[in-house]
Amino acid sequence: MSQHSPKINDPKKYWLDDSRNVRKIIIAIFVVCAGLFAADAFYHKHPHFAAEEWFGFYAIYGFVMCVGLVLAAKLMRVFLMRDEGYYDKDE
Amino acid sequence: MPAFLAGLNPGWLLIAAGLLALFVRGRVVRQVITIAAPILGILLVSGTPHGVDLLTHETLSITLSFYHVDSLSFLFGLAFLIAALLNAIYALHTDNRIQDGMALAYAGAAVSAVFSGDLLTLFVFWELTAVTSVFLILQAGTRAAYFASMRYLGVQILSGVLLLAGIAYVWNATGSLSITAFTSLDQPGALIIFIAFGIKAAFPFLHNWLQDSYPKASVVGAVVLSAFTTKLAVYAFARMFPGQDELIWIGAIMTVFPVFFAVIENDLRRVLAYSTNNQVGFMICAIGVGTPLALNGAVAHAFADILFKGLLFMSMGAVLYRTGTTKANELGGLYRTMPWTTLFCLIGAISISAMPLFSAFVTKSMILSAVASTGMIVVWLMLMFASAGVLEHSGIKIPYFAFFGHDSGKRVKEAPFNMLLAMGMASFLCIAIGLPAFLPGFGYEWLYSLLPYPIEAANYQPFTPGHILAQLQLLALAVFAFILLQRLGLYPPEKPGVILDTDWTYRKVGYGAVRWIDTVWARLGPAMTAIFRGFSGRTYDRLVDAFSPRGVLSRNPVSRGMAVWTAVILALVLLVSYLRG
Repeated sequence: MSQHSPKINDPKKYWLDDSRNVRKIIIAIFVVCAGLFAADAFYHKHPHFAAEEWFGFYAIYGFVMCVGLVLAAKLMRVFLMRDEGYYDKDE
Repeated sequence: MPAFLAGLNPGWLLIAAGLLALFVRGRVVRQVITIAAPILGILLVSGTPHGVDLLTHETLSITLSFYHVDSLSFLFGLAFLIAALLNAIYALHTDNRIQDGMALAYAGAAVSAVFSGDLLTLFVFWELTAVTSVFLILQAGTRAAYFASMRYLGVQILSGVLLLAGIAYVWNATGSLSITAFTSLDQPGALIIFIAFGIKAAFPFLHNWLQDSYPKASVVGAVVLSAFTTKLAVYAFARMFPGQDELIWIGAIMTVFPVFFAVIENDLRRVLAYSTNNQVGFMICAIGVGTPLALNGAVAHAFADILFKGLLFMSMGAVLYRTGTTKANELGGLYRTMPWTTLFCLIGAISISAMPLFSAFVTKSMILSAVASTGMIVVWLMLMFASAGVLEHSGIKIPYFAFFGHDSGKRVKEAPFNMLLAMGMASFLCIAIGLPAFLPGFGYEWLYSLLPYPIEAANYQPFTPGHILAQLQLLALAVFAFILLQRLGLYPPEKPGVILDTDWTYRKVGYGAVRWIDTVWARLGPAMTAIFRGFSGRTYDRLVDAFSPRGVLSRNPVSRGMAVWTAVILALVLLVSYLRG
């Protein structure tokens, strides 16, 4: 995803430079997600709407909406994105 | 408190201190002024009795009320004063008289506006916020900032002019300038004031002045701007249009549409500007619902937003100050050398995402509960979607692309100490407000006790298993979606560019139309003038030929004599009719 590869003169290694550490964080997040999804079975809901009673409603809604948001926004770029100097020509 | 201080409006104090700061050349003296004034202001407002006109003036049979504090305006005033203090600390590394002075005067104008007890006073300070804040954009010193500041000023003044027009209608209809809530938009005065407030609150289609101007302001300017104008509008709506149904839908739309723009925007300060729209949308929606719980939620969320939005703008300001850019495609990996800024940015990001134990959780929960109790499921789903969207663009995108993500190779210094101090204080408050009340009156209970409806607030319990789990599930799976899309390469990459928004209509279409008319006129004008000259010249020549002393009609004695006799007869007729009475 990087569009330029700058010269990095930094011999120091930082914690996140090691891909194993990044993997650890991602696994931790996945475990938390799975745990939270499963937690729906263990508490009593006080819903305002019937939809809230569905198993894992909030988790699924959050996931689906976020994916939809990003993909829709990506499509918007096709129509709405111009080069950086778009307005400068006039001003 | 001494008696002479009791009637002193802290807003006026800040305005006076700001004007003084404009003329103080000594940097240290000016710094003392910019920090002491908000501290004194906080002390003053804390000791002020509520519900009393503390300073009035009678003129032309109008009673002006300059200083009136009550449970609705108090928290707004307090938040503005805290923001003014944090902003002053954040600006300590600079030496800029205009910026220091105008930032204080702008904060003072906003405080004076929320504490004004009549419409005319509100109007004066409403306009003063526009006039003082434009300097904060100009201080960036760039050509783009200059043009943006002029557009900003135009929009803000339009809001003020509409407000004045609405006030004139209301005064004419009711004979009173008192600030009272409207029950409907049927009167023209109410509708005009509604639009005037809507411009400042950045309603959909009226919103783009915000994205156009804030990201072009100076490092300090953007932080200062983020606190006052939109939240002043939120206060005005809460004061004059509580329970107005239209606001529910307007607010819900405001929460949703900016999220899409924020995802694809490359300039991280512009992402925050969209995020401001989105957060104000939650408050506007709650004001539309209008129940005590909803209004409590709107006010509390405004208070929290001033802190976490300020904090996020501060962290991006620090990045801009050190690297010279806030463009996502030029940033990344800054956590290596800016660990404290990264930490504070993360606290702001988690707070705005309404993670339990952070400020927005205890404030936004009230709004979501209030909307759910109305039974409007579509609005509720829109707000839930927007909550996940906030996490996506403000919670993840801002810190990820600035401090993590791909390594830009930039190894800049950590932010100056004063910036870190301001960010640290804002972070502390974001957490302090969001904590459960381990001791009675601390944590979120402190904020709840100051809300307009303290009894309803005391009965509301944010930390229930249902609230906590629902929010955590929503957020965690939204994070999961982000990671998945990144890994699969589906997330839109950071790319330099401009995203078109409603300002396109006047910056391109409007400007183009004016240019076109100009060009057409430049050609048509001279041609028309020539034609007209030719035509009128010929007509003139003919008239001279006919009627001038040397013209056709004057050439022979008969026509000369005719003219004289006509005049004599006319004079006789006049004389006779005069004598006859």
